[in-house]
Amino acid sequence: MKNILENNALENEAIFIIHEVAAQFEKPVLLFSGGKDSITLVRLAQKAFYPAKIPFPLLHVDTGHNFPETIEFRDNLVEELGLELIVRNVQDNIDAGRVKEETGKYASRNMLQTETLLDAIEEFGFDACIGGARRDEEKARAKERIFSVRDDFGQWDEKNQRPEVFDMLNGRIDLGQNVRVFPISNWTELDVWSYIEKEGIEIPSIYFAHKRPVFERDGLIWSANDEYVYRENDELVYEKIVRFRTVGDMSCTAAVESNAFIIEDVVREIRESKISERGARIDDKRSEAAMEKRKQQGYF
Amino acid sequence: MEVLKIATAGSVDDGKSTLIGRILYDTNSLTDDKLEAIEKNSRSKGYDYLDFSLATDGLVAEREQGITIDVAHIYFSTNKRSYIIADTPGHIEYTRNMVTGASTSQASIILVDARNGVIEQTKRHFFINNLLRVKEIIVAVNKMDLVNFEEGRFNEIKDQIQQLVDSASYKNQNITFVPISALKGDNVVKKSENTTWYTGETLLEHLEKIENKDVYEEAQARFPVQTVIRPKTDEYHDFRGYAGKIYGGDLSVGDEVVILPSETKSKIKEIHFFNEQFQSAKRGSSVTITLEDNVNVSRGDMIVKANEIPNVSKSLNATICWMDNNPLKPLSKYYLQHGVNNVATKIESIDSILATDFSGETTEVSELNLNDIGKVQLKVNKPLFYDSYDENKGNGAFILIDSQTNTTAGVGFING
Ligand SMILES: Nc1nc2c(ncn2[C@@H]2O[C@H](COP(=O)(O)OP(=O)(O)O)[C@@H](O)[C@H]2O)c(=O)[nH]1
Repeated sequence: MKNILENNALENEAIFIIHEVAAQFEKPVLLFSGGKDSITLVRLAQKAFYPAKIPFPLLHVDTGHNFPETIEFRDNLVEELGLELIVRNVQDNIDAGRVKEETGKYASRNMLQTETLLDAIEEFGFDACIGGARRDEEKARAKERIFSVRDDFGQWDEKNQRPEVFDMLNGRIDLGQNVRVFPISNWTELDVWSYIEKEGIEIPSIYFAHKRPVFERDGLIWSANDEYVYRENDELVYEKIVRFRTVGDMSCTAAVESNAFIIEDVVREIRESKISERGARIDDKRSEAAMEKRKQQGYF
Repeated sequence: MEVLKIATAGSVDDGKSTLIGRILYDTNSLTDDKLEAIEKNSRSKGYDYLDFSLATDGLVAEREQGITIDVAHIYFSTNKRSYIIADTPGHIEYTRNMVTGASTSQASIILVDARNGVIEQTKRHFFINNLLRVKEIIVAVNKMDLVNFEEGRFNEIKDQIQQLVDSASYKNQNITFVPISALKGDNVVKKSENTTWYTGETLLEHLEKIENKDVYEEAQARFPVQTVIRPKTDEYHDFRGYAGKIYGGDLSVGDEVVILPSETKSKIKEIHFFNEQFQSAKRGSSVTITLEDNVNVSRGDMIVKANEIPNVSKSLNATICWMDNNPLKPLSKYYLQHGVNNVATKIESIDSILATDFSGETTEVSELNLNDIGKVQLKVNKPLFYDSYDENKGNGAFILIDSQTNTTAGVGFING
């Protein structure tokens, strides 16, 4: 037995929030993308309920354009921790003609995730969706509450948010509403990476430097994958040592040049880096208000 | 990693956004793409300086109105620690946002425009920080460049604030004054050559020295149970753990405790954090504890040390800050959430409204409107185990929830 528990303010806050979710809601779910933020959430949830298992399932909204490394990682994690995993596919909605796939140079399935997520919330009757969004990621997210109420259509009304005083969380909702919960709201990208390092948490291999066929566009490096990622004829493919800072949809996640082969290198790189994480996501560049618009539509 | 949470307050145009942008810029916290966006935006507006306020203004609606309308969180770090700034707007109708921001902050920066000195808004900001007992207050006298960096003007403003301090009820605040120019950068991160008369620290130097204490000051230990952990596996067949966060003081294995409201006695058997056990845990820790005896404990119950029993009552006397458009009226009913415990409450009477400029209180009150702060008597349907806010922040505050709209309509501070 150890003597005194050293506490970590951000970790304590996140665990407190996760406990509140389990206590205040009937049917919570953890939105799992396979990225480092949602992997961190899984670790926090594991800590919160230990020695019991995490008392809610994970939901992955699969765009069908994920990096195969992410999917493999996801399946291993779920198996190892004995968790329940629900997967819903954007492809199914496309096949059913319910949503229309974008085409052309900047085509991405990111926007289409919203529909599939809302369908899944309705199908299972989830009343709380735990997500890994952080307030430092994007200006509009800076105002997001920890418990953020969404209406029946998944809409976020930024002008009518509940005040959150002290650490008291009010999760009362009407039938049909649900709450998006952000336990790591106050973490920065560096906080997440430092935590992964300190805890020795495993993450998908694409976060580390590796050799990959890529091409350049708009000064960013893209994974060359003819099946998922549109490429113009004059956009030449070559091999490069790169890594990814986020693991979203292949078609909208840019790589960065890197020699960070192990976690310590990644943390150092982040500490010294000068491009914000979302700078490497092409769909946010479309417009400054992109995130806010997507959020109003129910995107995470 | 150590984190210090700071709230900022100032009237519109006092330069709050500029100050935050300046801090981010001078601490190299603005990433290249953000800096680029600021440069581009500043140029397109025809400015010959960098408009740092663009680093913080978030929502589209706000950008259109050109003002900050809600609480925004901004992150930066130094070699010493991380900072979270809760940026709260200053105009009169948004008292509630300031209360929200100050409730989780260890320090507050109050901005004053050197030309205007202490105005009604400044008094309100100071009043709210005093009501919430924010320990560290930094009065940043901004736009010193517009008053020729005059020491006399700075001292006048200091005196004006001192008068507020004299009439404030919470006396344990540390108040620090810094003459700055957010726009030009004087005394924000870098020491100014324009204020040779000022021997104090720059704003950031001062922030770096603030001791990182829990918002919930040291007091008697309170452990409100959030949820019960029952693994129901072979290995942990009889495990019953109580998960929650410790407020006020530390807890150790062997402590004699009482479970409220049942008043059952027991002892702390184990303190778990993930797959490890500890002899003791400090306030602020989220832990799972087990008890020696097989007692009945559920969410909303509170575990306290046997010789540190809080007050118990069905009647409360509280100062309430109203946050909803529907006014608070006598005889109306609400849910009252006290930490993680929920009860029903009825408003018995509204006794007064407090003037936020320290000029006293008005009795003969029929309702509390949005942003009013008043003294209220309440009755709850089950006995509440509470401390006064003065004694124990964590166990002395509550929120009122509107049972029709489910919104958080007000926050209360229990009076002793
Ligand atoms: N001369 C001068 N102008 C300032 C200073 N700080 C802010 N301003 C200007 O005051 C105006 C309001 O600043 P802003 O940061 O938007 O104020 P906010 O409403 O408090 O966020 C802007 O035009 C700023 O450029 C300062 O220290 N000196």
